[in-house]
Amino acid sequence: MHPQVILQSFGYLTQAAGVTISVSLAGIALGFVLGACVCMARLSGNAALKRIGAVYVSFFRGVPLLVLLLFIYYFLAEFGIEVPALAAAVGGLGLSSGAYQAEILRGALNAVPRGQGEAATALGYKRADIWRRILLPQALRLSVPPFINEYILLLKASSLVSVVGIAELTRVSMNIASSTYRPLEAYVGGGLFYLAINLCFAALGNVAERRLGIGRAA
Amino acid sequence: MSFEVLWRYMPSLLGGFGVTVLCWSLGAALGLVLGFAIALLNRLRFAPLRWLLQACVEIIRGTPFLMQLFLLYAGGPFIGLRLSATTAGVVGLGLYSSAYFAEIFRGGFNAVPVGLVEAAISVGMKPFDILWRVMFPLALVAAIPAIVNMLIVLSKETVVLSIITVPELMYQMQTMAAETFTAFDSIFAMAIFYWLLVEAVSRVGRWLELRVTAFMTEKARTA
Repeated sequence: MHPQVILQSFGYLTQAAGVTISVSLAGIALGFVLGACVCMARLSGNAALKRIGAVYVSFFRGVPLLVLLLFIYYFLAEFGIEVPALAAAVGGLGLSSGAYQAEILRGALNAVPRGQGEAATALGYKRADIWRRILLPQALRLSVPPFINEYILLLKASSLVSVVGIAELTRVSMNIASSTYRPLEAYVGGGLFYLAINLCFAALGNVAERRLGIGRAA
Repeated sequence: MSFEVLWRYMPSLLGGFGVTVLCWSLGAALGLVLGFAIALLNRLRFAPLRWLLQACVEIIRGTPFLMQLFLLYAGGPFIGLRLSATTAGVVGLGLYSSAYFAEIFRGGFNAVPVGLVEAAISVGMKPFDILWRVMFPLALVAAIPAIVNMLIVLSKETVVLSIITVPELMYQMQTMAAETFTAFDSIFAMAIFYWLLVEAVSRVGRWLELRVTAFMTEKARTA
C-alpha cells in the first residue's frame, strides 16, 4: 500500500468529485421534474395518463441503469440519434431517478390524510390553494428522508456514467490506476471521496429533517 | 430485425443468462449468510466489534458497487487476492449485499417484541433456543419484504459485472452487437431476458412473502 499515490492524485480526484457532484445534481434535478410530472399523471383523473405514469415507473425501475445508459449512448447512435456523453449521462440518471422520485412523491401525498383535502374543499379553498398551502407542504416534508436516501443511491449509481466516458470519480480512479499501476490505492482514494460526499449528503439530510421537525412528536 | 442472428447467438446468450443467474444466486446467498452473521455479531455486547462492523457496513453502503468491484478485481492481486472475473463478481455481489442484508436483519431483530423474548427467558428457554425458535422466525417474517426487494435490486446490479468482463448476459449481448452490428436485436433480446429474470424474482418473492406471512393474514381475516 502506497498512500502517497492518493495524495499525488488528490487534485485530479477533487476535480473528478466535482464532476460527479454536478452530474448527480443535474440528474437529481431532471429526475425531480420528471418525477413530479409522472406523479401528477398517476394522481390525475385521466385513465390514459394514469396508465402512462404507471408504465413509466415500472419500466424505468425495471431496466438496469447501465443498460439504459448504454442504450442512450451507443444504441441510439445506430439509429442516427447522436447523444453527447454528458447529455446521455444526465438523461439516463434523470430518467431512472424520475421513476423512483415519482413513487416517493406519490407515497408522501398519499400519506397526507384525505380528510384535510376534503375539509379544505368544504371550506371553499381553491384547488390551487389546496395544493399550495395544504397538500404540498406536508407531502414535501414527509418525503425529505426518502429523497435523501434516493439522492445517496443516485450519487453512487453515477459511477456507472463512467462507461459513457465522463471523467467523473470512477473514470478518473481507473485512469490513475492504469497510469500508476496502483489500482488498490487509486480505488481506495476514489472510494474515500464517494464516502465523504455521501456523509455530507446524509448530514445535510439530518439538518433538513431537524429544521423541518420530522421525527418530532406531532 | 433478424431473428437469424439472434438464433445463431442463442447459445451464447443463454450461457450469459445462466452466468447472470448463477452470479446473482451465489452472490445473494453469500450476502444473506454474511449479512445474517453481521447482524448476529452486532447483537453481542462487545462495543469495539460493533463499531468495527458498523464502520464496514457504512463503507460498503457509502461507496458505489462498481468501485468495490474494481478494488476487488484490479486491486486484489496487490494484496495477494487473485480472483477470476466471475469469482470476483460473485464475491463482490456477496460483500456488497451483505451490508444491506445486515441492516435488514438488524431491523428484523428490532421488530421482535421484547415481551416475547422476556417470556421465553422466564419459561427457561436456552439462549440458543430463544434465538433460533423465537427471534429468528419473527425477525425473518418482519424482514422478508425488504429481503425480496433487495434481491430484486441485486438482480439488476449483476449487469455491472459485465464491466469487469464477467461473461454474463450483458457482456454476451454487447459482444453480439459488436460482432454483427445488430444493435436493435441485442437490445430487444436483452429487454426480454432481464424482464423475465426480474419478473420471475418478484413473483417468487411475492409467493414467499405471502407464504411466511400467511399466519398474520389468516389472523387478520378471522379477527
